Amino acid sequence: MRHVALMVASLALGQILLPLAAFSKAPALSQAAGTYEVSGTSQIRFSVDQIGGGGINGRFTKFSGRFRIDGRRIDASTISFTLYPQSVSTQERRMEDFLRSSAVFDADAYPTVTFRSTAVRQTGDDTAVVDGMLTARGITHREQFSVRLQGFNRNDIAFNVTGNVYRSRYRMDVGTPIYLNVVKFDMDIRGVRQ
Amino acid sequence: MRKQRDDGYGIVAICLHWLIAALVLGLVALGFAMRRAGIDPALQFSLYQWHKSFGLLALSLAGLRLLLWLAAGRVAPDPDLGIIERRASTATHLLLGLLCLLVPLAGWAVASTTTLNIPTFLFNIVVIPPLPMARSVDAEGFWSWVHATTAYTLLGLAALHSAAALFHHLVRREGVLMRMLRRRAVEPAPPPANEGRER
Ligand code: HEM
Ligand code: HEM
Repeated sequence: MRHVALMVASLALGQILLPLAAFSKAPALSQAAGTYEVSGTSQIRFSVDQIGGGGINGRFTKFSGRFRIDGRRIDASTISFTLYPQSVSTQERRMEDFLRSSAVFDADAYPTVTFRSTAVRQTGDDTAVVDGMLTARGITHREQFSVRLQGFNRNDIAFNVTGNVYRSRYRMDVGTPIYLNVVKFDMDIRGVRQ
Repeated sequence: MRKQRDDGYGIVAICLHWLIAALVLGLVALGFAMRRAGIDPALQFSLYQWHKSFGLLALSLAGLRLLLWLAAGRVAPDPDLGIIERRASTATHLLLGLLCLLVPLAGWAVASTTTLNIPTFLFNIVVIPPLPMARSVDAEGFWSWVHATTAYTLLGLAALHSAAALFHHLVRREGVLMRMLRRRAVEPAPPPANEGRER
């Protein structure tokens, strides 16, 4: 008798837990459908390794962006993002000046670096890959970023976005091979629902 | 330093002298040019890297010359020179040789203390580690001052030194400059004995 009772109980428990499990298994991203504005609390970090260890670690403090998550078709979601290289920040003022100068971003002539998504592909419960066109110094190339959903509630959403960009494509390869060609982006994007 | 020799300069000393002289003059010009305000920043970056590579090459050649001095002794002044000229030339040569070591060492100290922390990648082949010094704005400023001051002192002394060499050559018509241009005369080999191979 006790066995039967236990079985019934566990069955009932299963019934309750099942939808929750399904929820966490199903693309959580779809639950976050909506249009968001990138918040100023986001962190746009990048690093460039240098020969012999160490490297440049920096971030951009001025940027803007919007994204729309399509609840039914994640791959119909879109992202656009702009950053202002004038706002680059590192441990060294001379390095910042160099990055803003005509040697790298040429921030006076090209005040923005932009990204427009062309394809979004969900790769896991909380992960996706975003393809898009990156424009810097007037040169446009296809780049890919990996996105991981970190959490969301009714108003806010948080992603970690990573990606490697070859700066030589944008004629920013000054300093190679002392500084590597790869710029590693590691960004914490906070979105505020519109 | 070993006692002085008076058999003139050998091929190694001559090659070292002119290589180092060319490098030093080029490096002063390069150093001056790369520090100009308004220079293209990308060009400036690569000039700095070339400057460090050629500067370290100059340092190693100057180190070789020091070893040569220690091993073989320094060459005695030209016998045509008066006593004051001999003293002056010896002092100048020692000071020039010393500055050829101090200037690049101070440059290396700049690269080792700067908070920019840019690696020294010798001719893009091998990473030269920084000297074991703490990085700080003050240390960089100090060594930068030492490097520039000793570099321009070296340039001034080299100008004086070459003026003296040219003076002895063109005005006094003494063999001082020629000593540094061609290898010391080798004693003619004694004719082979007991061999009746007269022509
Ligand atoms: C015989 C060898 C060298 C000569 C004659 C030389 C000469 C000079 C001169 C004339 C300047 C410009 C100074 C100014 O106007 O402010 C300079 C700057 C500089 N040199 Fe050298 N240099 C030599 C070797 C080196 C080496 C071996 C290094 C590093 C490994 C080096 C690193 C630098 C740096 C970083 C600067 C510019 C930074 C500063 O002074 O703040 N130099 N050098
Ligand atoms: C930055 C440039 C130069 C440096 C650092 C330099 C340094 C020296 C040194 C250290 C010596 C002694 C060599 C030894 O004992 O092995 C020497 C000798 C000599 N240098 Fe220079 N030198 C420079 C440029 C010149 C120039 C441009 C000339 C010619 C116009 C010149 C002409 C000579 C001559 C003729 C001697 C041999 C003097 C003698 O007979 O004892 N040097 N130099």
